[in-house]
Amino acid sequence: MSNANQRFLMGVFEREEDVLAATNEARLRGLEIADVYTPYAIHGLDAAMGLRPSRLPWVCFALGLAGASFKVWFEFWTSASDWAINVGGKPWNSLPAFVPVTFEVMVLFAAVSTVAAFLVGRGLLPGKRPKLASPGVTDNQFALVIEETNAAFDIDEVSEMLREFGVTHIEERVD
Amino acid sequence: MASAHAAISGPLILGDKSPGQVTDDICSVLERGPAPSWWVAITVSSSMLLLGLITVGYQVLTGIGTWGLNNTVGWAFDITNFVFWIGIGHAGTLISAVLFLFRQKWRTSVNRAAEAMTIIAVMCAGIFPLIHMGRPWLAHWMAPYPNTRGPLWINFRSPLVWDFFAISTYFTISAMFWYLGMIPDLATLRDRLTGGWRKKAASFLSLGWNGSFRTWFHYETVYLLLAGLATPLVLSVHTIVSWDFATSVIPGWHTTILPPYFVAGAIFSGMSMVLTLMLIARKTMGLEDYLTKQHVGAMCKLLIATGGMVAMAYLTEFVAAMYSNNEYEQFAFINRAKGPLCWSYWIMVSCNVLTPQILWFKWARSNMAVVFVVSILINIGMWFERFVIIVTSLHRDYLPSSWTGYVPTSIEIATLVGSFGLFLTLFLLFCRFIPVIAIAEVKGVLSHGRKSHE
Repeated sequence: MSNANQRFLMGVFEREEDVLAATNEARLRGLEIADVYTPYAIHGLDAAMGLRPSRLPWVCFALGLAGASFKVWFEFWTSASDWAINVGGKPWNSLPAFVPVTFEVMVLFAAVSTVAAFLVGRGLLPGKRPKLASPGVTDNQFALVIEETNAAFDIDEVSEMLREFGVTHIEERVD
Repeated sequence: MASAHAAISGPLILGDKSPGQVTDDICSVLERGPAPSWWVAITVSSSMLLLGLITVGYQVLTGIGTWGLNNTVGWAFDITNFVFWIGIGHAGTLISAVLFLFRQKWRTSVNRAAEAMTIIAVMCAGIFPLIHMGRPWLAHWMAPYPNTRGPLWINFRSPLVWDFFAISTYFTISAMFWYLGMIPDLATLRDRLTGGWRKKAASFLSLGWNGSFRTWFHYETVYLLLAGLATPLVLSVHTIVSWDFATSVIPGWHTTILPPYFVAGAIFSGMSMVLTLMLIARKTMGLEDYLTKQHVGAMCKLLIATGGMVAMAYLTEFVAAMYSNNEYEQFAFINRAKGPLCWSYWIMVSCNVLTPQILWFKWARSNMAVVFVVSILINIGMWFERFVIIVTSLHRDYLPSSWTGYVPTSIEIATLVGSFGLFLTLFLLFCRFIPVIAIAEVKGVLSHGRKSHE
């Protein structure tokens, strides 16, 4: 719900398969699905909404690679260059011995950055006030929110469609 | 959809519940005042914790000469406790990450508590090397930071440094995984509570979660990525713990089997501790519909599998030692079975190899009392496994003139009791303030609202 003064039509459902079917139908009719609010992750809803795959794996890969590269360089620099210490006659540059810590640091960088990218990207910040579509969406309700894209949007027709799928409550909203 | 190789065939959650009922069932446990049994339990556990705090304070002020160590047995109780707790801390990630990747949906009832147990166990584990340093206020010297001592860097070739990185990474990732999984449930709690400090805390910590599926979609991706990262991580952590031993030239330690042996043992001990806690929680918190006998049965099957791996490892290391034609190696293993500390070896074998075999029988898996006793015995056996590896390998040195015995002091025993106090106190607090079952994940495996299941 980003645009100011944009009108939305919200349908609240009580059952998972109803909201799944209604979302699918809405997408097939070419309606603009703003979002669906659900108490848990519903399998297949991403396809019904036509969502593109998340790009977070790229963040994970890039930062994991960066973390590992940095750590290999750092271990080489500290052990062989900056202040080299002879430990039991082992070579200055003990690459095989650097593997375990490199792995751990790679995991740390990849995981922390992926979670951080997710939280910042989705605007999930400590103490933020939630905007709830309907009070029950974190409990037992499913809310399908459709954007009224232009004047040709026929509220009656869309409401009728939602009723076919057993909607329990329909509401129009201005945001 | 029940996959052909799922460990549970019937419904995952009993009582044909709707999402609303799940919220009520799990949140109402938190909203009710604590039961008298909870007060009894926390009084006992916090007394144990207090005892631990006093003895740790005494050790830090006096020095670790208060322990029963000597020149020959330089590692004993303290490191045994460390490896024991780290091992316990492996089950949470196994359940949340490995079983997630294997699409074992029954994990949803167990994962929250198992992850909490992991984080608490890693905290308990971390205390022991910290005390062992003797000067714990210099613990930050383990981190590679530009310092005024040169800068003198840490030795990246040392397994003890690898261990520091492995355990701190493991703790960070486990805590993050746990919190991430909790955000939707904290939002549920926030929208349910009418006021008070709990609502304030839940509002702050739920990060403005509003159930948006666009967020859920990315959330699922992050969860999958974390599971994919945590799976090799969990294997690496105990592998690195085993390298603390395997890279030293001590008969009984210096063996290539140690990494898989330690990982299997860790998962085995962690599973048994999860089972112990799970059986107590389902009984005292009225969660029998969520933690069903089928869940217990699935956990028992994992115990048989990991117990089998552990038994295989015991046998392999014995045969490898005999076959090695190295008299020191052979002596170390014969000494385990027949030496002065052979009682600890036979406790280990009987608890870890023989006890779990009863779980092959279905009547045993469905009798909660039997399962509870088995899980306790495995906990004891796995503690002794570490004691055997550490103490019996050390007390008979290369030179018979330096052979000694080892007896723990009261301080060491009190510290172990104190670590159990910390573990139980934090777990009891977790049960009071955080939904012990992942509400949003359980809702996803209900049959309610799905035609194919009705």
